[in-house]
Amino acid sequence: MATWQITRRDGLLELAGELRIADAGAIWNTLDRLTADPGPRLDLDLGQIAAIDGAIMALVVDVRRALAARGAHSEIVAAPSNIQPIVHLYRGDEPTPIVARPIHERAIARFGATVETALQGFRRLATFAGELVASVAMIVRRPAVAGWRAIPSLVTRAGTDGIPIVLLLDFLVGFVTAYQATRLLRIYGANIYIADMIGVSMTRELAPLMTAVIISGRSGAAFAAELGTMKVSDEIDALRTMGFAPTPYLVIPRIITLAIVAPVLTLLGDVIGVFGGLVVAVTSLDLTSHAYIAELRGILVPSDVWTGLVKSVAFGIAIAVIGCRHGLATRGDATGVGRGTTATVVSCLFAIVIIDTMFTVLFRGFGL
Amino acid sequence: MTAPIIEARELAIGWSRDAVLVEHASFDVHAGEIFGILGRSACGKSTLMRAMIGLEAPLDGDLTIAGMRMRSLEGERPVFGVMFQQGALFGSMTVGDNIALPLERWTDLPAAAIRAMVRAKLRLVGLEGAEEQLPATLSGGMRKRAAIARALALEPSLLFLDEPSSGLDPVTSAELDRLVATLAHGLGLTVVMVTHELGSINAIVDRCILLDRDTRSILASGTPRELRDSAHPRVQHFFNRVPEAA
Repeated sequence: MATWQITRRDGLLELAGELRIADAGAIWNTLDRLTADPGPRLDLDLGQIAAIDGAIMALVVDVRRALAARGAHSEIVAAPSNIQPIVHLYRGDEPTPIVARPIHERAIARFGATVETALQGFRRLATFAGELVASVAMIVRRPAVAGWRAIPSLVTRAGTDGIPIVLLLDFLVGFVTAYQATRLLRIYGANIYIADMIGVSMTRELAPLMTAVIISGRSGAAFAAELGTMKVSDEIDALRTMGFAPTPYLVIPRIITLAIVAPVLTLLGDVIGVFGGLVVAVTSLDLTSHAYIAELRGILVPSDVWTGLVKSVAFGIAIAVIGCRHGLATRGDATGVGRGTTATVVSCLFAIVIIDTMFTVLFRGFGL
Repeated sequence: MTAPIIEARELAIGWSRDAVLVEHASFDVHAGEIFGILGRSACGKSTLMRAMIGLEAPLDGDLTIAGMRMRSLEGERPVFGVMFQQGALFGSMTVGDNIALPLERWTDLPAAAIRAMVRAKLRLVGLEGAEEQLPATLSGGMRKRAAIARALALEPSLLFLDEPSSGLDPVTSAELDRLVATLAHGLGLTVVMVTHELGSINAIVDRCILLDRDTRSILASGTPRELRDSAHPRVQHFFNRVPEAA
């Protein structure tokens, strides 16, 4: 049986009994229901309360705040002397300063804030692009300002350490793509064309795309987290005070690293993906490996491979720029680092698809 | 009194014109003194220091260091050292590499000479043997000592310290204060220190300014003794640790 009761009578909300945290959910729902239509004034009568703990007092104070935000005046009245200290402690006896704004004003303000946020984002992006260009110019003038020494370890982390997962996933992509095609190829008696399909699709599209997705998740996110952590722990500011410019020192080496690593990993992906197709061809389509390779050599032209590699360089640069940009834009604490890392992965995937589309159309335009 | 090494005139700092933290701030820092920027939390102490080291642009006013107008120092050899609140050591580098970094960037010393200097700096701050340790393995006090060693790597005549005592126990805090005072007097450093620790203020600060977040101004300036003896109620609240509502 409930030990508390909340009733509404005209402009008065009467709270009675013992109000404890154990009943907070039910009390919250009741308060919410009874204050849905507050009118111009709705006072909270605590005169019948036998006991109230801090949790429920917090809810009562919040009800006052919510009422004020909706333009309804509200006071706590008739609080018995034994609960007055907790009312005072939770500032339930102070005037609520929040004044409701007309709905249309809030909508305009929200729209304005959205536009302002978008413009600020665009300005920050443009500033970052400008900084990159200025950094390249600075490096050309004074090569020592760039963090060249970091590149070998970055290549190891982004490239060498990523080889196993690239090999595994690109093998599976080649294998699965080939496996999906086996039924149709058999029906039409076109088993040998498995080599054509896998060869062209892996080199031109699947290996660059899949490898870029893996690099986004591994290196893009790592760059954002690393630079974001440096930002929130003042390490970037420390670099500045020692006369280092963060963009040439931290960003440019990462861009160079992924511009090197992405095509190398993609090339490995090409080979292993084609091998995945070979496994299916031999085991499910009764082809010999000789026949598969001979067909592959007949159909693949150099542009199939290098167009994929060119795309992968663009993917690598985009991933590094996005990761570093989100990392350096990190604010606050660990939450900000997490937010930047998530935003990096999402932005990278978006950018990869856009860049892929652009290059595909461009290459087709050039007859490649 | 020696000539001012830092001169601030009618300085305004903050996030924007709508969010000013301190305005009309005028003060001098003289060579060889330990100068304190004091105040309660969120009064703009650290932001004022960030403006002094070129990490934030002042909204208004003039700020000169050694006669030069303050600006971003990226790409130039720094004329001062900075220790940030948590040390800001680079976590991926050893303590020795952290201290060597500015030396490698701004000098053409051979690696052996740089290592010798790193060892000397570590001895100076009482961290002998910590050269190969990663910052994560150091205690809070050791991390701050290492950060001071890095800040002193290029032999600056001016050292900025942001809340050196924060997060430290009273004994470690007192030891760090003693280190700062010893370095300042021994090396002839000018030290600008942001703090709200009364122990540090009383122990080592020569002169100070007290910022007030309500009036967004310098509430008082002078020696710690002069401020302790001030009749101004807000200054009294700060130095006697009395809540303002009391």
